[in-house]
Amino acid sequence: MIKLGFYPGCSLEGSSREYSESVMAIAKKFDIELVQVPDWNCCGASAAHNMSKELALSLPARIIALAEKAGFDELVVPCAACYNKITVTKHELFEDVTLKERVKDIISLDYTGNIKILNVIQMIEKYIIKDIDFKLENKFLHKVACYYGCLLVRPTKILQFDRPEDPQSMDNVMRAIGAEPIDWAFKTECCGAGLTVSRPDVVNKLSGNIVEDAISRGAEAIVVACPMCQANLDMRRPGIDKYLNKKTTIPVIYLTQAIGLATGCTEKELGLQRHFVPVNLS
Amino acid sequence: MSNTNTHTLKKHTLSGDIKEHTDVSTAKCYQCGKCSAGCPVVNDMDFPPSLLLRMLQVESDQIDEKVLRSLTIWLCLSCEMCIGRCPQEVDIPKAMDYLRSVSLKKNMQNPKAKHIIQFHRAFLDSINYTGKLYEMGLIADYKTRSLNLMQDVAIAPSMYAKGKLSILPEMVKDLKNVKKIFNKTIKDKEGR
Repeated sequence: MIKLGFYPGCSLEGSSREYSESVMAIAKKFDIELVQVPDWNCCGASAAHNMSKELALSLPARIIALAEKAGFDELVVPCAACYNKITVTKHELFEDVTLKERVKDIISLDYTGNIKILNVIQMIEKYIIKDIDFKLENKFLHKVACYYGCLLVRPTKILQFDRPEDPQSMDNVMRAIGAEPIDWAFKTECCGAGLTVSRPDVVNKLSGNIVEDAISRGAEAIVVACPMCQANLDMRRPGIDKYLNKKTTIPVIYLTQAIGLATGCTEKELGLQRHFVPVNLS
Repeated sequence: MSNTNTHTLKKHTLSGDIKEHTDVSTAKCYQCGKCSAGCPVVNDMDFPPSLLLRMLQVESDQIDEKVLRSLTIWLCLSCEMCIGRCPQEVDIPKAMDYLRSVSLKKNMQNPKAKHIIQFHRAFLDSINYTGKLYEMGLIADYKTRSLNLMQDVAIAPSMYAKGKLSILPEMVKDLKNVKKIFNKTIKDKEGR
């Protein structure tokens, strides 16, 4: 069994707990033990950087420091926003020694920045994909729109994860479980992100355009790896439908849920009952 | 070391401050417009991102103030599409973060950004009080600040029924450490 550090982040313990459930379910299936960072805090998400640069660096730095203290070499961060904030912080503190010392003083913890951060797709590529053929029980024979959003791919220079305009990593994972990823135009367009509460009108429009393009190109599901994207495309669906002036039924699932369905996890283990737009894909 | 007067005589400008604090050079922008073409919220902004850069290049106090009072800086989603496509690699999102902090310090926030800022504040207060995001508390706090009491009342019961809302907050054990981080970063500077 492989043991990896795990930072769930706040969404995965609240409004997106089905993401956490499905990450844990597939980890178990593939003999990976995910161990939570002790006493972790919020990464600051979409709010901290809007208000203070030092705060936006210190919150993720505390998480990295605690993960290092716990002795992890690799830290799995499924939430795209947390993955982004933690990776960018690691980069900024690596580039600027003075800033690193300042942040170390603010968090009052040792910090090296040597830990490797893995987003959920990287965890799958590294530890799951090689065994996927052995574990496949029901191929996931659906047309899917792989939606990456902003935070997994940008800023490209720092994250260096996938192609910025037409990323392929999630498409490849979906192909491996039998799905057919479609070509579409909104793979990395923003869903409206953190404006979901303060400007729902903007979110309905941006998310509506994403939903509309996925449907018009024949997708049966939108596959995501970000709780903020999932919440905006799923929970905001009544507003989206109002903006699109029609009723839409395309479900928005996490890629871990798709893998779970293909490898014989139950719908309940994957938290599919928690979605607002019903998921009928098995 | 020779000390020429060119630096000391140079006018204090917002673009100079941006360069000093973020190392983003607005002077590099040659107005190709790719940022504005790709920006998902450009239609709701008062100035598109490329125009904002042009305004900063002018280096006039009055226009600098217009930038700080703009809705654009608050509507920016930090989606990073602009920097992803900029041929000159002008890091607009980084500049936006800085412009927002200056706008707050100078109390020049655009009135239409009131709710956006209230939400950010409610969000950060939640982290300050519990170390984590307490979603139920955040929504309650935002509603009290914004008086948008009826917004999303339809969603909350279903969220609860689907197990997506926790009634009680999860707390970081070492809350003192988190509070210290807040005190050393924003409390000192924003004078809240």
